[in-house]
Amino acid sequence: MSDQQAQLAAEGSGSAPSQLREAGVAAAMYLACIIVALFASALIVWATGGSWQAVFSALLDGSLRAPGRWGETIGIAIPLVVVALGTAINGRAGVVNIGQEGQVMMGTAFAAYVGVNMGGPGPIVVVCLLIVGALAGAMWAGIASWLLYWRRVPEVLTTLLLITVASQATGYALKVDWLLLAPFRADRSVRNQVSEQLAADTRLPRIDIFGNDFPISSIAVVLMAVIVFLLFKRSVWGFRMRMLGRNARTAQRAGVSTVKYGTTAMLISGACAGLAGALMLSGGDFGNYRFTPGFANNIGWEGLLVALVARSHPVGIVVVAFSFAGLRAGSGFLAATGVEREISQVVLALLVLALLVPPAILFIRERRRALAATRDRT
Amino acid sequence: MGDFFSAIGDVVTNEVTYSGAMRFAALLAFAAIGETIAEKAGTLNISLEGMILGGAFAGALGMHLTESVTVGLLFACAIGVVVASVQANMSHRLTANQFVVGLALNTLVLGIASFLNTSIQPVSRAAHRFEFPGLSEIPLIGDALFNQPWPLYLVYPMIPAAWWLLYRTRWGLEVRAVGENPQSADVSGIDVNKRRRESIYIAGLTSGLGGGYLVLGQIGRFEDAVVGGQGFIAIAAVIFGGWTMRGVIGGCLLFGTVNSFRLTLPTVGHELNSELLSAAPFVVTIVTVTFFAHRTREPRALAQPFVRGLT
Repeated sequence: MSDQQAQLAAEGSGSAPSQLREAGVAAAMYLACIIVALFASALIVWATGGSWQAVFSALLDGSLRAPGRWGETIGIAIPLVVVALGTAINGRAGVVNIGQEGQVMMGTAFAAYVGVNMGGPGPIVVVCLLIVGALAGAMWAGIASWLLYWRRVPEVLTTLLLITVASQATGYALKVDWLLLAPFRADRSVRNQVSEQLAADTRLPRIDIFGNDFPISSIAVVLMAVIVFLLFKRSVWGFRMRMLGRNARTAQRAGVSTVKYGTTAMLISGACAGLAGALMLSGGDFGNYRFTPGFANNIGWEGLLVALVARSHPVGIVVVAFSFAGLRAGSGFLAATGVEREISQVVLALLVLALLVPPAILFIRERRRALAATRDRT
Repeated sequence: MGDFFSAIGDVVTNEVTYSGAMRFAALLAFAAIGETIAEKAGTLNISLEGMILGGAFAGALGMHLTESVTVGLLFACAIGVVVASVQANMSHRLTANQFVVGLALNTLVLGIASFLNTSIQPVSRAAHRFEFPGLSEIPLIGDALFNQPWPLYLVYPMIPAAWWLLYRTRWGLEVRAVGENPQSADVSGIDVNKRRRESIYIAGLTSGLGGGYLVLGQIGRFEDAVVGGQGFIAIAAVIFGGWTMRGVIGGCLLFGTVNSFRLTLPTVGHELNSELLSAAPFVVTIVTVTFFAHRTREPRALAQPFVRGLT
């Protein structure tokens, strides 16, 4: 009896020591889960005869320690953050978009077309290219939301299928001269599916800090995260989005149009993915300013994963995106250790799974406690 | 345009088209049968791709170790269930977001499979064909249905078995209840998350078997890109089929046929844009679903976690 009373009292007052202890428990759980994930990855390397010390040190070298590498990591993190921010918005609004990969491809393809074919002063071309990329991504996501609200076609299905359509469409565009294929030149014998390189003045400027260089868009991306954060926290619009996501029926009754806000969320999410593609193209960390069939390189999928792991929280997105980008940059250094570079994918996936466990356990504990508390009161 | 129709005519009257369609459709059907059960229980099981891939690698590994197709298929089923158990326990015991778990599992299985593939390099070969005497003489479709590698025939009994399980047993009724209205199911004494976990195990079993069939029945050896998004097409087939067994199998056959068209057209001497043909199954799906989606209804609690006491 006294035990229960003590528990109730602790819940009622929310006393400081217990909150502190909760935070400590959470931190310990996160730490334990991450260690378990890393241990499992090490086990796989060890079981196949590799050296796990070498693998982890190569990953660290490739992402942070070696000269110029953290600039590379930032360059990779930029599109991940942009994709994830878009995904966060539709996630909060309760609309599912898992087609970021296709939206990234469409954004890049359109941006490449504008960047190569539009003449004029460089800075204006860059701005146009980014805008067109965003519009193309929005258009691709727009198809899904249009079909959703017009014919009730599940958006999970359409966004997913449109990825392959996008990859085939852009692949086709890279095969014909009047779209994206680079003109034949004497210095290249084989005519690959590759677009013309962006001219030097139509690229994003790069910042150089201690030999680490990364595109200037990194600053804009951090600003974007802040803006999204403020939109969610402080704006009526963000509140309505969250309301729609939490309970669509209530939102509808309160005058939040499902169609209007759902479509907006989807379009923004697609625009972000398209913009991410345009940033990848004009930033230079991917494909050397050329668009190729494999250009998107899972950035869309990984950005989606970033948003889901960070639970649509803008600050979390920046942190998670940076760590994912670190693994990707680090995998470039694995060849020297003789271990396959796929191990970085294994580490990534195990970390994602591990990071899911603590919040889930905390959530369940909280539910149990709440249920026990109501049972005691009645 | 006349050229186009003559090309279509040539393909439609070619037996090879139907054999190819059947082989593609069988893989989709293996996976889609399990996915249907999982989705009926309320899980949108994105990790289907990973389950197939895991099954494919395990099939090759089993063959490598024992030289036996049967053992390979059993290995494939087992790994399918292992992948499923991660998905099931993470999303319906811990109630983590099922999309995250699924996407992470796809990455994880692809990573582990290609990692182990380069270090073990399993040697495998395709199972032998089995011809049903008499039945395979049927013009056009006889070869497709009754003269195939024998693992393919496993899919035939699986379709009615899954239907019976889902619509004629108590377990199936409970699974459907859990997917429609978990709160009511919970109140009437059904362990919601347990039923959901069990349905995912079945999805893992069938799609693992599908992966084993893909390697041991169709291709003969394992490569990283062996599945290549077919798991996602199987999910599309389930949605296309409106969550009914008949519709799902129809969807599998449709996608299998369109896929087979792509491969048969060049062999009968017609040149058509390959990107267009690869995109065709997906465009066809989107268009058909657009016109038929209003007739079907997804399980009401699809992709929603269940926690007692919350809404």
